[in-house]
This record gives sequence, structure tokens and C-alpha cells, in this order.
Amino acid sequence: MDSFQDILFKLKSYWAERGCVIQEPYDLEVGAGTMAPETFLRVLGPKPYRVAYVQPSRRPADGRYGENPNRLYKHWQLQVILKPSPADIVEQYLDSLTAIGIDLRQHDIKFEEDNWESPTLGAWGIGWQVMLDGLEITQFTYFQQCGGVDLDLVPAELTYGLERLTAFLQGRDSVYDIEWAPGFSYGDVRLADEVQFSVYNFELAGVPTLWKLFELHEGECRRLLDAFADYPDQRRFPVLPAYDQVLKCSHLFNLLDSRGAISVTERVGVIGRVRKLAVGVAGMWLEQEALG
Amino acid sequence: MSGENFLLEIGTEEIPDWMIPPALKDLERLFQGLLEANGLSSPGVSLRLDATPRRLVLRASGVPVRQADSEEILTGPPRAAAFKDGQPTPAALGFARKMGVEVSALEVQSTPKGDYLCHRRLAPGRAAADILAEALPELILKIYFPKTMYWSGKGGPRFIRPIRWIVALLGEQVVPFEIAGVRSGGSTCGHRLLGAPEVAVSCADYEERIRENGVLVSAEERRRRIEQGIDALLAGTGLRLKPDPGLMQTLVYLTEWPTPILGGFDQAYLELPEEVLVTVMRHHQKYFSVADAEGRLAPRFVAVMNTSGDPEGLVRQGNERVLRARFNDARFFWDVDRRKSLEARLEDLAHVTYQAKLGTYRDKTDRMVALVRQLGGSEHAVRAALLSKCDLTTDMVKELTELQGIMGGLYARAQGEPEPVWRAIYEHYRPESMEDAIPSTLEGRLVSLADKLDALQGCFAQGMIPSGSRDPFALRRAAQGVVRVLVEGELALPLKKLLAGDQALAEFFADRLRYYFRDVRGFRYDEVNAVLAAGWDDLSDLASRLAALQQVRPTENFEPLAASFKRIQNILRQAGVAPASAGVVDTTLLEPGAERELREGFLAARVSGRLIGQHDYTMALERIAALRPRVDKFFDEVLVNAPDARIRANRLTLLGNLLSEFSAIADFSEIVTTE
Repeated sequence: MDSFQDILFKLKSYWAERGCVIQEPYDLEVGAGTMAPETFLRVLGPKPYRVAYVQPSRRPADGRYGENPNRLYKHWQLQVILKPSPADIVEQYLDSLTAIGIDLRQHDIKFEEDNWESPTLGAWGIGWQVMLDGLEITQFTYFQQCGGVDLDLVPAELTYGLERLTAFLQGRDSVYDIEWAPGFSYGDVRLADEVQFSVYNFELAGVPTLWKLFELHEGECRRLLDAFADYPDQRRFPVLPAYDQVLKCSHLFNLLDSRGAISVTERVGVIGRVRKLAVGVAGMWLEQEALG
Repeated sequence: MSGENFLLEIGTEEIPDWMIPPALKDLERLFQGLLEANGLSSPGVSLRLDATPRRLVLRASGVPVRQADSEEILTGPPRAAAFKDGQPTPAALGFARKMGVEVSALEVQSTPKGDYLCHRRLAPGRAAADILAEALPELILKIYFPKTMYWSGKGGPRFIRPIRWIVALLGEQVVPFEIAGVRSGGSTCGHRLLGAPEVAVSCADYEERIRENGVLVSAEERRRRIEQGIDALLAGTGLRLKPDPGLMQTLVYLTEWPTPILGGFDQAYLELPEEVLVTVMRHHQKYFSVADAEGRLAPRFVAVMNTSGDPEGLVRQGNERVLRARFNDARFFWDVDRRKSLEARLEDLAHVTYQAKLGTYRDKTDRMVALVRQLGGSEHAVRAALLSKCDLTTDMVKELTELQGIMGGLYARAQGEPEPVWRAIYEHYRPESMEDAIPSTLEGRLVSLADKLDALQGCFAQGMIPSGSRDPFALRRAAQGVVRVLVEGELALPLKKLLAGDQALAEFFADRLRYYFRDVRGFRYDEVNAVLAAGWDDLSDLASRLAALQQVRPTENFEPLAASFKRIQNILRQAGVAPASAGVVDTTLLEPGAERELREGFLAARVSGRLIGQHDYTMALERIAALRPRVDKFFDEVLVNAPDARIRANRLTLLGNLLSEFSAIADFSEIVTTE
């Protein structure tokens, strides 16, 4: 039986053999692999790219204090970006399942319509959730727009839900019971994380502090966005640090949301503020890329 | 049979199931259009359309191999410039050379501008293969889908999902064309797991070859395979499938080779409300529910795979595990949600947006409560309205939005609300479609009305009015629901007053009423117009009048009487007399005979008191119809436009009274008479 980390290694090797750069997780809090700059920025513009990385993804509102066997505040995604998407992308994807020991002839695979959209990133795509014996194991998306920009080359994004896949392969009902490495369960490694962050996110996070931080990061990002046009050497301009500020804002928004601190009337407005930053950075990144 | 067979298969990645049947209709329409526009249609052509998630297939037989030849006329120089002294000029010679004929072969054609030299020649018809090769790329990309994508780069073609192969064969020949780098050919692709990735086909063996490769191209055949498979699974178990045509249709178009399997779950989950279990299975897992012989939900389900079998039982086990996890979630929600009463959730509604311009659900709740009071609702109805939206804050409804209302009802019952209250909450979204029942209790009907009327009033006041196919707030369905609840629930409520003088909304309702009575209830359009013209404040009263009108209409006196009413109306209009203000007849001025008889007949037929229900209206209409001989006699023998002004005015008054008295039931002049 493959452990959680075995499955991870196998998927990474599989995509490495197909020409992907194997990246490590982005080192800031993100809600999904899509938000890491390796996806959000790299899908923009005309340069082909292929990358795969595991991204721990934080969704404060999904936390359940470690009590629900299937819901996590932070889950592990394997994110694969193939830009442009090859014509046999679906076949390559199915082969990756074979590579982790799923004998497809013994199972039922369906592609069910599921289009992805992220209002905070100004991004959307067309695709499916891939169902394996009734379990959603992957989100498959052809990106159409990112940062409000129509994409030149259409990338395929594959997002594997690693805990689910492993629970499926190991036949476990609870994610905490899956084997991470021989002798260590997922619960051993992560349960404290889930409990403590649930307590913090739902009960103790300081709302005024979070708002202040949000405004500071937003201000920093705006300052950079405003400085770009007149910057003497735009090739060296800190576009990537500006994007870090967007990620900070996005995560703070999620925290405030899970604290119930964002009223209905504010909500749309705050999403709009983050989106404006994301769109601004995307535009700046494209301009910088065009300089070569 | 003459003509060729044609096969077009558009091979794609998985198309959303619900978009497939309409896309096939559109493909058929476009292809018919292509044949017609190019002179290739003939009575001998027959089309067949099929699809799976990965292919849209059009097969035609009897397609003419080429267009019929046609004659074309090419115009040359004017005759005056073509000959000089009987000899062809250089202009004529040049034209003849260009046409490749002698001058003697040219003809003269008269046109409004004068006579011209011309050449008549036979244009050979083009080959169907060439026409198809030219037109098909555009035709394929024209198939309508609600949401399309591009995949080959910015500016590339758009389709529902990427096109990966195309089969286009006319007879034995490939019809060559290309879309987004994919060239048409003679090879298809089998089932992802059961078939080969490349399968050569011909028009004749297509269906058989892809069947060998794990694809049933006919939706009907897939449906039969599912149905027969389920029958075999349930045979001898004493269990019955809960039929679900919508789910069946989804599964038929989600699979290329469907095979049902029977799975089970722990009996203990049956403690959860059946509504929850069925919804999880139906909406989240696409499983059919199963009932025992007494009709109770059994701890079983039927899933439909897109493959040929499950020899090791792995698919069944996998599905059972997923369902277990979902049921555990549901149980968790059911337990946690009940810890907070619905009433305590009222304040949380202030944080749930109803619609940006219409405030929160807390605001909406207040408006609904006021509306239910205005409708004369009992305290139970008011209480139901107050709690009706509270379930939106429960975890269960956040997870299973399909259960809104239903969960509210179940939670209300669990916390001890009386049955009229919880049932009203449970049913207040009804009717959700034309087929759906209206709420079963008076309280439920009033809350349902308040919910829908609030949406209609609010949206119309904000200018969010449906136009064409755009109806983002489903206001047509809401209005239709109001009409059905009022009519079928026999509620005598003043609808017009509830619309608060909103003219646009009143017109919107008049349209819904026409649609409902004509298209749903099958009344004749002129009958509907006649009763609508007489006013439609109270819809149950309107329905009674309409039913009475329909019943009396076939009697022999009715239609001629309606014709007379039209005549009366015209006479009054020409005389400038408004029927309602006709005044009182001066009996001393009435002449004996026809005039006096009409007056007496009118008094006898005259309705006294308020009419209620179809029975009253039928009697009233019968009495009116019985007036016909007197009306006929009046027009035969009496001159309305009498020379004496007082007598003329009195006669107009008599007719005016007649018209206004009976127009409260229906405007008979709207009835289309055969005479």
C-alpha cells in the first residue's frame, strides 16, 4: 500500500517525466494552488510553461476542529499546469491515475461539468470534476481568463485532491487515518494544526488586527502599482513582491470571513478591492514580460 | 434508393449532459438548412441524430451526390454596340471569345435598359462533397451551446469542449476539412476504457464498430440498458426503484456504456429525514433511491457506471464509502443545526443578502410577515412566514441548497412548532414548476404567495423586469406560482390590490393569466380574453366565470347573443354612450312589443346579489343566453335611432343597462363568433 507521501512522489515523477518543472509549495498562505504565482502569473502571456507542485491550501471557513473525517482547514493539492494544453491531456491525466496504482478497468471514471471561477482573482475556466467511483478526485480546468485578461495560450489545470485520493487508495473512511509515512498517520502529522487553526480562525483571530493588516497590505500593493509607470527600469520592478501583497489580502479576507466579520454589504466591496489589486498586478506582469 | 449515405461524428471531450439534446436539435436544423440552401434537400433524404458525452453524430441517407445542373445567363455588351452594318463589332467578338463560343451562338436578351448580347450556358451542379467540405466547419461551430470555450489559443474557434477528432464520410469518401488543427477523416475513437483510441469506420458499419469499442451511440439503447440492468438487479429482492426521469436522462447522457450497480448503506442512517437522504443520493451522487414493498426508503441505492461491469465490487465499495461520508456530514449538520432554534436564527438573516437592491433576508422576512397579515393569514401563517427563511443559515441548507424550505419545515417540526406552521414552511417554495403541486394547506399557500409577491413587487419596483429570455430572478415562475396558488387554491383575494398599482406588473400578470388559462388549462383564447376584459382582481372568481362561459358557450343561443352584444356595443359607441353611465330607463316611453319584452326579459335575467362560484355564473349566463329571441326581435322590429330624441335616448339607455349588467361576467364582444 502506498503512503500519502509515496503517492505524492509518484505523481511528481509522473509529471516530471512529461516535461514539468517540479516546484515546491509557494511559501505564503493561499486558498488554492491556482493562487501561487507559478499558476496565476505564469498562465498569462504567450510563453509556454509546464509546472507541477504540491500546494497546501488554506480555507479557514472549511475548518472543523479536526472533528469531521472529510473536511479540513488546510488540504494538500497537487497542482499541474500545462500551457498550452496538449491534445491528449485527458489521456495523460488518466495515465497519471494508473501511475499511482489505480487500475482504471476496475473502476468507474466520469467527467462531470464543473466550471471554475474565482471572483477575487478575476479568473475563470471551463472544465469538469473528475469522479472516480462517485468520489471527486480532481478538478480539471481549461483556463480562459486570469486577472481579467483573456489568455493567449489555453492552459490545462489539473488539481488533485491528495487526501481524498489517498483515502480512496488506502480504503480509509477518515482522512486522519490515512498513512502519511510508515508509522505516521495523517492525524499524527496534522491534527493539532487543524484544531488550533480552527480555534484561531473561528474564535480568537483579532478582527481589528486583521482589518489593519488587510489595509496595510492593500496599501503596499497600491503603492507599488502606482509606482510602476514611472519606474526607470521596469524590468527590475518588484512585480512579484506586489503579488505577494495580493495573496496576503486574499488570505486576510478569508480569515475575516470565517470570523463572520464581513457583513453582506461589505463583502462584495472587499472582494472587489482584492480583485482590483490582482488585475493590476496581472497587467503589470504582462507589461514587464513584454519588455523581454 | 438514390443518393449517398453521410456520416458526421464530432468527437469532443466530455460535453455537459444537459446541453446534448438541444445541441443535437440545433445540429439537425443547421444541416437541414445547409441541404436546402444548396439544393441538396430531397424527399429521399432522411436524418438521424445521436450523441454520447464524447460525440455528436449525424447520419443521413439519400443525400444527392451533386446539385442539379442549372442554367445561367451571362450578359455582354448592348446589342447596339455589338453589331455595325450587320457585322459583329470587336466588343461582340471579345465577349464571344471570353465565353468560348462563336458570335453566332450568342443570344439577345431584352432588359429594361435595352437589348443586350448574352450567353446562356449550363452550369453543372457542384458535388455534394465539395459543398459539405466547405460548409461543415462553419456549421459545426455554429451549433448553439449556453457556454463555450476556446482551446487552441486566443482568437481560435469556440465550442462547448475541445474537438479532438472528426469523422466525415460521404459514401466511402472522406469529406475533407479542418477545425482548430483537427482534420476530418474516417476514424473514430472508442470508449476511454473499453475501446481502442482509433477505430476505422464506414457509413455502413459505424454503429457496429463503435459498439465493439464500448460505445452505445443511441441514447434510447443506453436508456434500455440501464432500465434492464436495474430490473435484473432488483429482481427477487422485493425492492422497487423510485422512478426519476430527470436523473435517468442525465445518466443516459453522462455515459457511453452504462451499467447499473446496486449498493447499500447502514440502516442507522434511515433515522435521518428521508428528504435529506434522497437529496444527497440524487443531487450529489446521481444515485437512484430504492423503496421496499411498503414504499419505505430502503438502505440501498442504484448507481450507474460508465463501464461494463464491476467484477471485484470495487466500484460498489467506492461509492458506498463516498455515500457514507456524505451521510455522516448530513448527520452532523442535522445534529448541530437543531441546537439553535429557527427563531434564534432570525437575527442571522440580517447577514444574508436576498438581493443587493432588496436588502437582506431579514428585510424580506419582515415584508413577508406584513403581506401574510394583509392577506388575512392566521397567527399560524404569520409564524410560518416569520420562520420561513431561517433555514438559510443552517449548515444543512448551505450544503444542500435544494432542501431550502423543506429543512425549515423539518427543523420547525423537530422543535415543536404546530403542524400548520411547519407544514407551511416546508411547502412554501411550491409550486416550483408547472408540474409541482401547490402547498397543501391554507397557511402554506399564504406564505407561498407572500414569498413570490414580495419578489415580484420588489424586482418590478427596482426595474428588474424580465425581457425576452432574460429572467434572472425567475419572476415568470414566481408569477405563475401566484396564479396557480390563487386559482387552484381557490383563494378569493384581491390580486390587483396586492400589486399596489404597479402597471407593468399588472400587465405581466395578465400575460401569465393568459398563458395559464390557455396553454395550461386549455381554454379558448377568446373566452380567456372575454373574462379578462371584464376584470381580474379575484382569480378564483375569474376561474369560475371562465368555466361557466366555457360550459354555456356550446348552447345554441350563446354565440348569436354574443354577436348581438357586439352590435349593441357598436351602437352605443357610435352614439357616444358609455354603458356604465346609461342611467335609468323611462318605462313610460317604451313601446309595447319587442321593446317592452326586451326590458322585461332583462329584468328577469338580471342578476341579483353577488355571484359566487361556477354554478351561479352558469345559471346567470344561461338566463342571459335565453334572452336571445327577445334581442333578435328588438333589432328586427325596433329602430334605435328613432326620430324622437327622447325615445332614442331611452332606447340607448335600455341597451346600455343590458350591456353593463352582463359585462361584469365577461365582455361578450371578445367572443369570436362564427356568424
